[in-house]
Amino acid sequence: MSVQPILDARTAEANMAEAKPCYTPQEALIEANRCLFCFDAPCIMACPTGIDVPSFIRKIAGGNPTGAARTILSANVLGGSCARVCPTEVLCEGACVVLDLEGDPVKIGRLQRYATDHVLDRGIDVLAPPLPRNGRKVSVLGAGPAGLGCAAELAQLGYEVTVYERKPRGGGLNTYGIAYYKMRPEVSLGEVEMIERLGVTFRFGVEIGRDIDIAVLARESDAVFLGLGLGGARRLGIPGEDLPEVVDALDFIEQIRTRPLHEVPVGHRVAVLGCGNTAIDAVTQALRLGAEKAVIVYRRGEEDMSAYGFEYELAKSDGAAFEFHTVPVEVIGEGGHVRALRLARTRMVDGRPEIIPGSERIEEFDLVLKAVGQETQSSLLESWFPGIALDDRGRVLHDPRTMRTSLPKVFVGGDCANGGREVVNAVADGKKAARGIHEWLADEAIEGPVQPSRLGCADGALGSGFDHPIRVPELLAAMNPS
Amino acid sequence: MADLSVNFAGIRSPNPFWVASGPPSNTAYQAHRAFEAGWGGVVWKTIGDPIVNVASRYSALNVAGQRMIGFNNIELISDRSPETNFREIREVKDRWPGHAVIASLMVDTRERWHEFVKRAEDSGADGIELNFGCPHGMCERGMGSAVGQNPEVAEIIVGWVMEAARIPVIVKLTPNITNVVHAARAAKRAGADAISLINTINSITNVDLDTLTPEPHVGGYSSHGGYCGPAVKPIALNMVQSCAADPEVGLPICGIGGIGGWRDAAEFIALGSSCLQVCTAIMHRGFRIVEDMIDGLSDYLDSKGHAGIDGLCGASVARLSDWKYLDLHYKRVARIDHDTCIGCNLCYIACEDGAHQCIDLVDSAPYGLGPGRVPGKPVPKVREDDCVGCNLCSLVCPVDGCITMTPVDTGRPKMCWDDYQTRLAKGEIEPIPAHP
Repeated sequence: MSVQPILDARTAEANMAEAKPCYTPQEALIEANRCLFCFDAPCIMACPTGIDVPSFIRKIAGGNPTGAARTILSANVLGGSCARVCPTEVLCEGACVVLDLEGDPVKIGRLQRYATDHVLDRGIDVLAPPLPRNGRKVSVLGAGPAGLGCAAELAQLGYEVTVYERKPRGGGLNTYGIAYYKMRPEVSLGEVEMIERLGVTFRFGVEIGRDIDIAVLARESDAVFLGLGLGGARRLGIPGEDLPEVVDALDFIEQIRTRPLHEVPVGHRVAVLGCGNTAIDAVTQALRLGAEKAVIVYRRGEEDMSAYGFEYELAKSDGAAFEFHTVPVEVIGEGGHVRALRLARTRMVDGRPEIIPGSERIEEFDLVLKAVGQETQSSLLESWFPGIALDDRGRVLHDPRTMRTSLPKVFVGGDCANGGREVVNAVADGKKAARGIHEWLADEAIEGPVQPSRLGCADGALGSGFDHPIRVPELLAAMNPS
Repeated sequence: MADLSVNFAGIRSPNPFWVASGPPSNTAYQAHRAFEAGWGGVVWKTIGDPIVNVASRYSALNVAGQRMIGFNNIELISDRSPETNFREIREVKDRWPGHAVIASLMVDTRERWHEFVKRAEDSGADGIELNFGCPHGMCERGMGSAVGQNPEVAEIIVGWVMEAARIPVIVKLTPNITNVVHAARAAKRAGADAISLINTINSITNVDLDTLTPEPHVGGYSSHGGYCGPAVKPIALNMVQSCAADPEVGLPICGIGGIGGWRDAAEFIALGSSCLQVCTAIMHRGFRIVEDMIDGLSDYLDSKGHAGIDGLCGASVARLSDWKYLDLHYKRVARIDHDTCIGCNLCYIACEDGAHQCIDLVDSAPYGLGPGRVPGKPVPKVREDDCVGCNLCSLVCPVDGCITMTPVDTGRPKMCWDDYQTRLAKGEIEPIPAHP
């Protein structure tokens, strides 16, 4: 039997309520006053977009949320969505010195949301108005975080920017691929509108190749930015994979974000294959939409999963089950629909999982969500831009400072360049690419953001995370070399 | 347990904690509740000729999310009749004979003072406090701080009171005066038994930035209020010590101003108070706060080997002197404990921008990676030769004990400004070089 929606609208909405709602002004004031206003703030070093965190928090504490949003959005135009989707535990909050002092960091993400909501909800534009048009045109392929970060920066610098997007709306995974309880799609769409108000032209629902000739586009543009992201889920390569209830986890999440919650089909017994952060988003939302049982099936062990620790804890508290060292070998159908998975146990041999002979068993499921990683778009890229250099994992090779590819007028950023990182990394990539384009076309290098505290200081100090991001796991490793 | 009982200018009370004259001491009901909670005395809300109050009356200074750091009021003296007040004082004294009940009074003519002193005594009050401090409303009618600000007038009025009084008389002083000692001396000359200070300070706490009306407002207009609460404690301590140190004053002092806990109380006692009054902290949290005051003060006195508050009273008065007697050769420097440093570097920027530029940011390599330290991020280090020992870095440091101000032996004998001037004049020493 095909899967159907389970819950009524009210229950589904209640289950999917925002995990971290916006602070009230009083909550924001109390939390903001926990910030020490560090000089040399590690949070700035840990932010890939180099947001001046102490300054924006001080503005909140002083009753200036508009100014706080100006500080945030001038560094990171998607500061509103990053406030919700950033893994702050391993970025700014993980580096916060109050964590060392009190065991609990300043809630930078939630304060950032408070400030950005203040302006986005009221339609207050805080971004610097664009410079006069300089007559140059840039085409941005993909309206995800990287494309938006690039487009906004270029528009502010006076470029005529057109963003081409296959989907009907902008925002990329922020609109289509984030757990609903973390962020509503409207937030991301509001950010797209804000960037539109900078003079950026968006063309949605256009397919390169079908609607647009890439060669013509490239010829008519002074520069092209590739922010294509990644492709669909990898193939499992097992029998039964093409049954209708074997679904890409990102497609499941997209349904949640584009349909009324009570119309999203969910299985009663859901298997999620893989154990990254997308797998967590899928398993928690399947449970919140009414699945009786949802199991993460992962061929490696707990210690190998790529999901963040706090995401793993969330899934456990939501009631997800975890089958480690387990791999599906067949999707068993009945009447054209998924009935069960044939699972096998694995053991690690030379660091790779290997099926243990005779360990197979059958477990009933009616929905299988694939979260085993996404394909790169290497063949597409190579067909559009013959000769573009890719690495062995299909990522577009680029200069990390300017984001320029092996082709002179082509720049890149986001998941298709980094293989799949955070939204905040994509925004930073897009911004760097915009500056790379500007440096190339206008012969003008733009510095910063520099942490204000670093101006005029001695050598050896790190400035903003935009240039030299630190990450907390690396920090911890450096502190505890053993 | 230390014995906290006091005999303040002849007024006995089981402990030094008295409810100050104000909204918490307005009725017998409140006095009963105060004594049940453990307060040693109540100074009744000031009794005088009938007045009328306004709405609203109070406003507060909130700092960094903390409420009532400072407090302001434009409420006048008791709006109940003298008959009611004196009758209730009698009721309270009958039920609490061992506790102190003080009648706070404010009237204008000599005859009225004589009459009210008599009525207070007839009510059974243990003492009288003269309200020479109220800085709003009543001063416009020639009473309150209008009296306290003019020592000659205060002396005359205290004289009128002393003509009639047979119970101890306490004069409550206003801080809204250039030098409070002059007012204290006037009280002494007129024969008062004690002084209490400080009353509230003239204030405007804040302006509503939407309506542009200062708070508290009465139909869109406000009036200068009286400021009190934790924020005024340093001002009160300064005035208490000034009176305690003045040889011409020589009166018992009841300390008032921002007391909220036993530590505040102990500081007031150390600077010369032998009794204490509290109002704002009660308005914030109720009479129950006295339990910790009694408990904490008693434990503190025990821990220092004092049998009662006498041993502590005034112990710090002589630790203050004119600046000219301070040792110019005393040196102390800031030392940073890099093991507990969390890397906020507030000490660095405070010294760099706000003080004397004696902290460097240096390579963290010799110090290892402590809490909150990022590889490559510099750590603060004090240049001790240049450190002027100002304390600023240790004050801004958010980690207790991380920055220690450490005395350094300069090997030079003590020399104060006066010594310096004398020896310089005699040609015994060279001038101390100016700071570069």
